[in-house]
Amino acid sequence: MMTPQRQRILVSPGAMPRLKPHVRLQYDKVRQAWALLSPEKVFWPDEVSLDILRLCDGTQSVNQILKELSMQYDAPIEEIIADVETFLQDWSDRSLVAL
Amino acid sequence: MSETILPPIGMLAELTHRCPLQCAYCSNPVELLKANREMATEDWLSLFDQAADLGVLQIHLSGGEPTLRPDLAILIRRLRDRGIYTNLITAGVGIREGRMEDLVEAGLDHVQISFQGAVAATTQKIGNYRDAHVKKIETAKKVRAAGLPLTINAPIHRHNIDEIPAFIELALELDAERLEIANVQYAGWALLNRNALMPDRAAVERQVHVVREAQERLHGILAIDFVTPDYFAIYPKPCMGGWARDAFMVAPDGTVLPCHAAGTIPGLVFDRFGEKSLAEIWRDSPAFNAFRGTDWMADPCRTCDRKEMDWGGCRCQAMAIAGNAAATDPACIKSPLHARMAALIEDATRSSQDGFHYRRI
Repeated sequence: MMTPQRQRILVSPGAMPRLKPHVRLQYDKVRQAWALLSPEKVFWPDEVSLDILRLCDGTQSVNQILKELSMQYDAPIEEIIADVETFLQDWSDRSLVAL
Repeated sequence: MSETILPPIGMLAELTHRCPLQCAYCSNPVELLKANREMATEDWLSLFDQAADLGVLQIHLSGGEPTLRPDLAILIRRLRDRGIYTNLITAGVGIREGRMEDLVEAGLDHVQISFQGAVAATTQKIGNYRDAHVKKIETAKKVRAAGLPLTINAPIHRHNIDEIPAFIELALELDAERLEIANVQYAGWALLNRNALMPDRAAVERQVHVVREAQERLHGILAIDFVTPDYFAIYPKPCMGGWARDAFMVAPDGTVLPCHAAGTIPGLVFDRFGEKSLAEIWRDSPAFNAFRGTDWMADPCRTCDRKEMDWGGCRCQAMAIAGNAAATDPACIKSPLHARMAALIEDATRSSQDGFHYRRI
């Protein structure tokens, strides 16, 4: 039995984000778009969100993800850090990403 | 038809009307179907295949009690093979040892368990089922032990509206991800029992305060979805996200409907799966096209800037209260009949009816 969560989990540089179990990112052939399937909700992440979510595989820290995105987007980390952390915190708060 | 018809995203599959509980607010129709009217396994599988081809991404397996179908694991396995997200909506009682594990093994993604009360006495009284509460807790623990996300559904009415703090604590104890505080929608059995279920205004105001405070306090810990009570509303809900817009439901006998209660609207003719394909029904069924989009609307909806937010509200509520399914949902303050909602609350709270017409086949 898991211990019930009683505290909000906050994003930190060393956290290893991953999609929560039973959250699925899959390509929808009918609509030709990536869909994120979760309990009772379907999300349609945009390109930037997809780039972040694909890096949330549980093997990389937030710091490593920032470095990777900084290269992909050819932008300094200082410029993207706030947006990426806000995104991860929001998706953690919505039980889609585990930190 | 000038509206663009998009592929449906969600489908509610009412696999059976049979249920061990007898809740007086049940959203099933008052005329329940017996087991011999239920579609066979092969028909459900064929329907699921067509749903996947059509673009359905999530299927809510419901009832009645879906675990009464012995073929449930077979159905779930097919949905998993087709990439459809599965949500089991269960009462959580009468589930034999090992069954939940079988369903998880078949590929089940998520479970929603209803709790009729936050305490044992209420759960037993509302569902008319002995020891229901402890059995539901056992089922919830099995779901979490199997690593599945859990939603607790709390249908709210006069008899449990003051248990909301305890519902929140229960959801936390059970390590649920979501809690639905779902005020009863007065259709089906709930309409029949309206006078015995309707809360009073002071209780609703207390509830709103408790829920809003908890949503803020538990942000990032427990998601609390609040389905507010229509009769106390200013604006209506976008029922089903808009009639035949991105979701539909299928009754146990394969009748395909835009919503639970659509059968209460006279004059609508519904197609059955098997007689027509799902794609044909979704696109061409006159019942689906009757209130699709906004062309059917009259004023005040037609000229309202909220018409693509709430899609005119609930057609079945318009039928039940305004006597016209094409009217603005009387829950809306712009409806000329809005005052009837307040009058119905008055009637119900003054009524001496406290006994239930329990749901029975």
